[in-house]
Amino acid sequence: MIVRVVAWLVLLWPASAFAQGFAGMGADAEGYALPQRGKVFEFPTDHAAHPDFRIEWWYLTAVLTGEDGEDYGAQWTLFRTALAPGSGEGWRDPQIWFAHAAATSATDHQHSELFARAGIGQAGVRAEPFEAWIDDWAMIGQPGEGLQSLDLTAHGDGFSYDLTLRADTPLVFHGESGFSQKSPDGQASHYYSQPNYRVTGSMSLSGKTVEVTGEGWLDREWSSQPLREDQEGWDWFSLHFEDNTKLMAYRLRGSDSDYTPGTWIEPDGTAQYIKPGEIILTPLREARVDGRDIPVDWRLEYAAKGVDLTVTALNDQAWNNTNVVYWEGPVRVSGSHAGRGYLEMTGYDPD
Amino acid sequence: MIWTGLQVLLSHWRANLVQLAGLLAGLALATGLWSAVQAINAQARANYAEAADQLTGGQFDRLTHPDRDLTVADFAALRRAGWAVAPVLEGRATLGATRVAVLGVDFVSYPPLPALEDLEEGTTPIEILITPGRGFARPELVARLTDVPDLPPLISTDQVPPGTLLVDISWAETLLDRAGLLSHMILLPNAEPGAQPLSEVISGLQRDGASQDTDITRLTDSFHLNLTAFGLLSFAVGLFIAHGSVGLAFEQRRPVIRTLRALGLPTRRLAALVLAELCLLALVAGLIGLVLGYVVAGALLPEVAVTLRGLYGAPVDGGLELRTSWVLAGLGMALLGTGLASVQALWRIAAMPLLDSATSQTWMRQSREGNTLRLLTGLALVLAGVLASLTIPGLIAGFALLAGLLMGAAVALPPVLGWLIDLGSRFGKGPLGEWLWADMRAQLPGLSLALAALLLALAANIGVGTMVSSFRLTFLGWLDQRLASELYLRAENDAQGRDMAMWLEERVDAVLPIRSAPLDDLMGAPGRVFGVADHPTYRDHWPLIDSTENAWDSLASGEAVLINEQLARRHDIWPGQSVQLDRGWEMPVVGVYSDYGNPSGQVMMGLDHFDARFPTVPHVSFALRVDPSQADALAQEISARFDLPVGAVVNQVEVKQTSLSVFETTFVITGALNILTLGVAGIAMLTALLTLRDMRLPHLAPLWALGLTRAELARYESQRSVALAALTALLALPLGLVLAWALLNVINVKAFGWLLPMHLFPSDWLTLFALALATGWLAAALPARRLRRTPPADLLRVFAHDR
Repeated sequence: MIVRVVAWLVLLWPASAFAQGFAGMGADAEGYALPQRGKVFEFPTDHAAHPDFRIEWWYLTAVLTGEDGEDYGAQWTLFRTALAPGSGEGWRDPQIWFAHAAATSATDHQHSELFARAGIGQAGVRAEPFEAWIDDWAMIGQPGEGLQSLDLTAHGDGFSYDLTLRADTPLVFHGESGFSQKSPDGQASHYYSQPNYRVTGSMSLSGKTVEVTGEGWLDREWSSQPLREDQEGWDWFSLHFEDNTKLMAYRLRGSDSDYTPGTWIEPDGTAQYIKPGEIILTPLREARVDGRDIPVDWRLEYAAKGVDLTVTALNDQAWNNTNVVYWEGPVRVSGSHAGRGYLEMTGYDPD
Repeated sequence: MIWTGLQVLLSHWRANLVQLAGLLAGLALATGLWSAVQAINAQARANYAEAADQLTGGQFDRLTHPDRDLTVADFAALRRAGWAVAPVLEGRATLGATRVAVLGVDFVSYPPLPALEDLEEGTTPIEILITPGRGFARPELVARLTDVPDLPPLISTDQVPPGTLLVDISWAETLLDRAGLLSHMILLPNAEPGAQPLSEVISGLQRDGASQDTDITRLTDSFHLNLTAFGLLSFAVGLFIAHGSVGLAFEQRRPVIRTLRALGLPTRRLAALVLAELCLLALVAGLIGLVLGYVVAGALLPEVAVTLRGLYGAPVDGGLELRTSWVLAGLGMALLGTGLASVQALWRIAAMPLLDSATSQTWMRQSREGNTLRLLTGLALVLAGVLASLTIPGLIAGFALLAGLLMGAAVALPPVLGWLIDLGSRFGKGPLGEWLWADMRAQLPGLSLALAALLLALAANIGVGTMVSSFRLTFLGWLDQRLASELYLRAENDAQGRDMAMWLEERVDAVLPIRSAPLDDLMGAPGRVFGVADHPTYRDHWPLIDSTENAWDSLASGEAVLINEQLARRHDIWPGQSVQLDRGWEMPVVGVYSDYGNPSGQVMMGLDHFDARFPTVPHVSFALRVDPSQADALAQEISARFDLPVGAVVNQVEVKQTSLSVFETTFVITGALNILTLGVAGIAMLTALLTLRDMRLPHLAPLWALGLTRAELARYESQRSVALAALTALLALPLGLVLAWALLNVINVKAFGWLLPMHLFPSDWLTLFALALATGWLAAALPARRLRRTPPADLLRVFAHDR
């Protein structure tokens, strides 16, 4: 049941980066709230769910180094999707929660997926003290600290992790003060991040447990109609450079033209919107993943900051074979800036 | 040469059509009966599996709370503790005028349900989850619910059990008026346990194994075991026939074989030809058998389905599917059986000296000197079976015992019969009398296989019949225990329960409270304790397997308790010993009662003592003793007076009658199988007697010459056959009883954990004895008729060709 129903859900209203069914996202947002330019965010309230919107996620990625000197990556994502607008009592709540977690090394990638209905306490997000959970996966904040301090846990077949995340810099708002446009036609989402976590903790991957340290990045995004009908998928980058600057960039692949906005983030958290077209993304190498060709190495150019990077997947096979499949894994960055980050690629069809 | 050889071999059958018919009939009947039973079992099991698949719940461990309803919060708590569970809310509801089993599941967390696999065009799974949702039911139920208001749109599907409405749990809350509550949760497979033990997350939570709701399965298993026993025994009997026919055919063909050898056909090639011939025969017989089996199964299955459905609520439909595996298995069994039956014959061909005598009498001379050996072999087989049953653990032991008993008895039958005939011959008066006995003795080797087949058939009948009948009596007793009272009634709460009891006090013969409480540590495992009133309903009906004197008085006074059989056997606690009901609470046991289908331990104690111990258990359930003729009227009066929902008052007379009629159907099936196995044995005797007839002419001719008419000789032939059948039947009785004992006391205990008491049914034995005599007489009828019509010239020729 799970598989079928939720596959349907996701296909009809794909959350975040989910593949082929993007046609559904372009549909009219019947009865759902739409993102508003100039919205004033209210915290901690906005850390919690917005059930009037169709989809929403709490998306955390962490690039990590183990005590063994190896690179690792962790993904923890909680999605909310509304089957109908609003909320209801108990089982009648028309909201569905689902989550993906993954752990990646250069040679291994393990992932898992959970589903839950809203309204019964099995999954949800509380604003203060912050907590996002589904089953026994959780992202738990401290009273009064918003998203600045999080304890993160998840497990699945072949992996588990317990991570502690601390951030000192403020939240970063993408696009126009958190109003993030997804196409020239106006499709948009509310989108903010905390890109500056210091991470410590432990990770088990395929039977081996290591202590890890590194950097984490949390994305918060919600919308009802984030993509244009012809947009089939995207390539999304979140990069941590060694000089403590950060770069968020993505390419929404349209049938006619790509849409490539981004955000440049200074070490103190100051954000600068990067207009579409300023970033040039060029695939360098494709890998064969699950019957399709996926560009796992990229050239990323952003002339305004003298950025010319080579982005290389840590593990070509960082493939989340969940109900809707996508590539999500840590990357290494070299060139004008050294560093590392996370790459998410969706909408690549098998040939 | 090969082709010629095969033609020569096959020509024997052309010349001996009766023998061929016997061989084919034997094999076909054996294969047919075995296949019929397999088909019935496979069909029933496929139906169980289908039903289990449709609801899937039965495959999983089940979580319940003995003291309270589980809640949605409990579900969330377990999920958050890492336990992969799915919630279920089920119950019965009256929708319009239809009583429906409502099954509510959370479609997101529940395992895949076939009902949702083939959704019609236009229905998305999302529509099932959001208001108004969807309901799934069989077309006939959908039709009855069409005009019922306040239901979700209904979808017809065969993928839910009959009478069940499958809905999202949000709808079940509404239909059952149980918002926020769960009936139970299932533990999903292959999930790792959560970080905390279940009982720490929710104290008192009870986890029952996947077999928890398989009282049904256990009971039906017992039923299928009966059928399987029949199938295997029929097959064994069939093997005897085949063995006899094949052996005889080879002995008769010794001259042919010698000639073929002498003409230069190598032994190996000859053996291969014989093997090919046998395979051909086996395939032909197997095919006939399959057709027969399919017909028999098709004829019996509706009855079986009615039995299983009605008696156990097991979902079996009457339709029979033709399965490839079944066809192959049937043919395989025919080949295997022919092979087994022919090993000896093939060996003899291979070992036959080139210039051996061409006579066919060797086969007949199964001599007296072999008797001792046979007797010893028989005893050794029985002993081996007994030894195996004592040393091997598990169900295999039971079957080893059965195999040893039956094989041993079959092998030992000829010497025992011989000994009985010797004993009888002392009473033979006059030359004719002495000759009759001596002739019977002389005929024995040729008939021994057929008689062994008859013995097995009769013993199987007695054994399985006794088991089925004992099971019936026991089950009915158990039913009486559960349904001794005329009406059962459930109040909505304690206050209403007390009102009802007061109101009913003057209107019925007795109001018997049914009160129970969970026990956490009943001999180390969760169990349940029942408080029972001191009333003849229990004293007279409760079937005790074992008890001390005045057990009911001790129970009423609160000094002692009764325990169920499972608890008694599991911990070897019997009357006179004591049982630990909970930590630091022990009570003496004064009786043990049967409690079929319940996997966990149970205790009964006096009501006063129970009330003192568990003062908070609400007064909601009662059994009412009332004049059965007034039960219905009273039930209606109670419902009206206390505004009870349908189902709160249950008249058990109807339920019991249904169960009874279903058991009668079971008897039809058993009876049919009985007749069929006897038929197989009858054919064995017929073929043996027919083949013997020609050989016996030299023995009969002198008597004819001495003045006995052919009619007299024919009569003696019939009488002798009947006498042998009678002797065999007499021997089959003890064997059958031992078989029944083994089925009830060894197989059942090992397979199902409870012992069925053995009941004897002498009238059945008489019927069977008569049937055995009839079989013997019928089997001799045709040979006797032929004898009566043998031309005197044939008899004279015996003297002319005096061998």
